[in-house]
Amino acid sequence: MADVAAALAEALAGERLRIVAGLIRVTRDWELAEDCVQDAAERALARWPVDGIPANPPAWLTTTARRRALDVLHRRHVEAAKLREVLALGELGSKPSEQEASGPYGDDRLRLLFACCHPALPLAGRVALTLKVVGGLSTREIARAFLVSEATMSQRLLRTRAKIEHAGIGFRVPEPRRLRDRISGVLAVVYLIFTEGYAATEGIYLRDDLAEEALRLADLLASLLPDDDEVLALRALLLLQHSRRAARTDTAGELLTMEEQDRRLWNQELITIGLRSLATARATERPPGFYRWQAEIAALHATAASPGATDWRRIVAAYDALLELRPSPIVALNRAIAIGFRDGPEAGLRAIDAGVADSALVPAVRAELLRRSGRWIDAASAYCEAIERARTEAERRQLQRRLDQLAGLTS
Amino acid sequence: MRYLMLVAADPDHTAEDEARAPSIETWGEQVTASGAWVMGERLRPTTDATTVRVRGGELLITEGPYTESKEWIAGFDVLDCPDLDAAIEIAASHPMAYMGRLELRPFWPLNEA
Repeated sequence: MADVAAALAEALAGERLRIVAGLIRVTRDWELAEDCVQDAAERALARWPVDGIPANPPAWLTTTARRRALDVLHRRHVEAAKLREVLALGELGSKPSEQEASGPYGDDRLRLLFACCHPALPLAGRVALTLKVVGGLSTREIARAFLVSEATMSQRLLRTRAKIEHAGIGFRVPEPRRLRDRISGVLAVVYLIFTEGYAATEGIYLRDDLAEEALRLADLLASLLPDDDEVLALRALLLLQHSRRAARTDTAGELLTMEEQDRRLWNQELITIGLRSLATARATERPPGFYRWQAEIAALHATAASPGATDWRRIVAAYDALLELRPSPIVALNRAIAIGFRDGPEAGLRAIDAGVADSALVPAVRAELLRRSGRWIDAASAYCEAIERARTEAERRQLQRRLDQLAGLTS
Repeated sequence: MRYLMLVAADPDHTAEDEARAPSIETWGEQVTASGAWVMGERLRPTTDATTVRVRGGELLITEGPYTESKEWIAGFDVLDCPDLDAAIEIAASHPMAYMGRLELRPFWPLNEA
């Protein structure tokens, strides 16, 4: 039984997305496509222990899912031409889906990603649908990850699929002159999934399942679009940030700042792959984009032996470039932090006053800078404000701990 | 797929945007040649509009448009396109995309719930 489960999991990991994407292209019925794969998986669990695991599990799943689709469509009296198209999907399991004569963008999985991340869909719907259809997560898992009820998430998925159908969102790769913008839309969804897992905005702070799903999506994108510098840069960024995962919490599960982390716990394998992906992005010789600058910053952290050995000059320069490219309060705040390390805490505080919009994150940064410049009373009141405005319990405890340390110093 | 393209005037744009806008003649030639254009008209300004309601059995006639806003519908086109992206491309090459905003509304087929 364990063998069956393992064989099924492996076959699904490799082939589920191809089967779903192929069925959606031909039938345009998103729910049918997902149901058929689900049905094939259930049949495998029932049949394989009796009949033995088939010689080619992915091909078995593809055939079973396709037969199921044919049955359903037949009962719906779908015209014969459509049924023949579904039949032609039979080769899906044994070879990559057909390449369009037009070039390298003929993969159904890529079409599926562009449809899920279409800018005409609401952002929350894009994220949910990508996790459901591309990632293969269950509605319940996605609901849990975003702290909403299963019914709410189910509704969100339903409305998103309905808009695809009603608004006529096509199952195709955008034309070349729109490709860069649309790829950037797909990357934004993957990055959002990662950051939700990396630093959740509410509730439990770290959600590894989401972060790891984002890494899988980034790998998939990099395999489908191996020449796109921003795709490679995003993958590098996620790998480099995720490499610190084991060091980000102490044995009691409390969050640690980067300065407090034990750098020996950083995952060197992920860092190596991340740096390689970044090097490939650089080699395209395109001007660095949004994700490249962030990956460059992450790489400077990942390769510094200690907080003191960090190249803050280059990090500040990268934040300057980021601000120019896409100004945002969070980038401005991170730049002020970097200035605080390059030129001292007073300079960091001046950078905040000079041009960082207020947000829930500002008091915590200000508190750190005040503490480092020895202004302990101001620091304590900034910590109190930060604790009040913290969005998760883990952040709150981390800030409380810093405040307690400060009290220990002053008393 | 059929779409109603609502063409709205929107003062929120720059002279530079206006200078970049393609001509309506070029747009007309393109959409006619592509076969996507079904019909379309310019509309007189909202000062010429009349809003009609029946409430409690009584006919209410008011002058002006049904919404007060700085954007107003200046025209419409009906497009027939293979998918939304094709309609977006047609909208993006319309001069009013630069000087206003375009809303693409898919038709709701009669026989569909």
